[in-house]
Amino acid sequence: MDIMMTLALSLETAIGPIAAIYVLAAIGLNMHFGYTGLLNFGQVGFMLVGAYGVAVCVTTFGLPLWVGFCVSVLCSVVLALILGIPTLRLRADYLAISTIAVAEVLRLLYRAEFARPVTGGVYGRQSFADAFYEFNDRVGIIPPGSYGIGDVDFSADELWLMLVSWACVALALGMTAMLMRSPWGRVIKGIREDEDAVRALGKDAFTYKLQSLVLGGVFGGVAGVLIALNQGNITPDQFMPQVTFYLWAMLLLGGVGTLWGPVIGPVIMWFLLTLFDETLRSLASSGALPFLATSDSGALRHALVGIALMLLIIYRPQGLVGNRKEMLVNVK
Amino acid sequence: MSSDGIDATRTAPAAAGGPLAAVEPVPGVAKPDPILTASHIRRSFGGLTAVNVDHLEVQRGTITALIGPNGAGKSTLFNLLTGFDKPNEGTWSFQGQPLNGVAGHRVARRGMVRTFQLTKALTRLTVLENMLLAAPGQVGEGFFGAFGWWMWRRQEQANRERAMELLARFKLDAKKDDIAGSLSGGQRKLLEMARALMVNPSMVMLDEPMAGVNPALVQSLLGHITALRDEGTTVLFVEHDMDVIMGISDWIVVLAQGQVIAEGRPSDVRSDQQVIDAYLGTQHDEPQGAKTEEKP
Repeated sequence: MDIMMTLALSLETAIGPIAAIYVLAAIGLNMHFGYTGLLNFGQVGFMLVGAYGVAVCVTTFGLPLWVGFCVSVLCSVVLALILGIPTLRLRADYLAISTIAVAEVLRLLYRAEFARPVTGGVYGRQSFADAFYEFNDRVGIIPPGSYGIGDVDFSADELWLMLVSWACVALALGMTAMLMRSPWGRVIKGIREDEDAVRALGKDAFTYKLQSLVLGGVFGGVAGVLIALNQGNITPDQFMPQVTFYLWAMLLLGGVGTLWGPVIGPVIMWFLLTLFDETLRSLASSGALPFLATSDSGALRHALVGIALMLLIIYRPQGLVGNRKEMLVNVK
Repeated sequence: MSSDGIDATRTAPAAAGGPLAAVEPVPGVAKPDPILTASHIRRSFGGLTAVNVDHLEVQRGTITALIGPNGAGKSTLFNLLTGFDKPNEGTWSFQGQPLNGVAGHRVARRGMVRTFQLTKALTRLTVLENMLLAAPGQVGEGFFGAFGWWMWRRQEQANRERAMELLARFKLDAKKDDIAGSLSGGQRKLLEMARALMVNPSMVMLDEPMAGVNPALVQSLLGHITALRDEGTTVLFVEHDMDVIMGISDWIVVLAQGQVIAEGRPSDVRSDQQVIDAYLGTQHDEPQGAKTEEKP
């Protein structure tokens, strides 16, 4: 087994487009939960409408990719409004229940037989991302070839998508930083602490919560668009509830309510996932662990990540970049 | 905890020769210059009528105390008047403007700001952030305005100065960068009052401001409340401690089982047989010691 190869592969995943996609969705989740205190358990729903916005516009209706992107953003906004308007006036738990249910209902709707003419049903949609890569070929932002140092290696197409994905992340981070340093951000954090106190001071908590839900949802929707572009094909069943829970785990790992937490969390998580996966696989194939079949390594890696998360919650509940003193303050 | 420097200038209630001197102490009596007028307010929870107030007026620029035994409906009435709860029926107006169905945050913007019985400090924000949040009409408070830092920078600076002045007045200026969650119970009460003043209210509604506060700090809080009145702010507050109320209030409204059973100057209320019955005849007050103690 080649340790350098394993590390290189892990690093590729950690800085690759998939990690960037999860970072973007986690930034949205952090806006919801970390700053505003909204319990969103359906971030995957925003990713689903984002991904399908592009896919359906391009394949079913033959529209250009950029129109698809705008539709994706619009769908995320509409989903946030549908979720938020009825539930944000109620207690926090209602939003939590609605989000998890709506995300799952959306997946079932998109895969339903009657939706097949539009969404492709269980088969999903294919070959809609060509225009994205053709654009790079035509303009030549990343010339064809292979890029990398040592064993870390990306193709031109991969690098082009990485560039766009991390640019989206940078934009989202910049927006979040600006917002949270403004009086708007102060009200948002106040709502997280005590909504009634903020209302008693003359701030319309409902509108702020709705704005936060829409913004974080749009980040999730754009992450969905990037998923679609990365894979070139999508099926509804990849948007299962566990995607949301991975995002939560990553956010907790990085640090809830911090600017860099949702960036560091997914990057480290993907690094560890790939590292465990590759190590276990090579151990299994070399016969060092006779009880372990190669096909079992996928399940075992999640067990290992679970243990790592448990240790984190016990010894560092504030996450990697969180503030322990703030975390442990008596919230009463 | 520091409780020194209380300028407990317990000015005698303005009622001595004030605008309320000529008002007759009967429930629902009209005042010469009411800032808040409420009529036929009724709120029931299932079969229980928590509040049933025929008529109540609060005189501008005075300290009015709302007292009554536990479960008399004081906090419910507070919630109704400030838009945090909706009555089954009733009309009420503030500074001549009707407040029926007006949401809580709009009530606050009109100048009627409340505090809570269980102190609501925004624990993971700093003391200064708690204050700045309350400033009204901030440009950077809107979603899009937030991005234009050059537009709200100067306003923020002015708010910061005003916040520091208020914090200095409440002896919290040394704590400005501490998170509010690290303050003691009494300091949180002070912060909540200072934060309410940041809104520039014409009337403050204090829901049990002395609950769980040590006796020395009670004196300080009383000093602040009288100072508010002397600056022209109307104060309506809920309290249990009779000694405190008698010393500070210009006018006292007694609530029992949701109804106003008596109102008047402290001297009128003290001798009112109905009030004595309400407090002693039907229900015993809690022992004094249990309430005035504060955790260090």
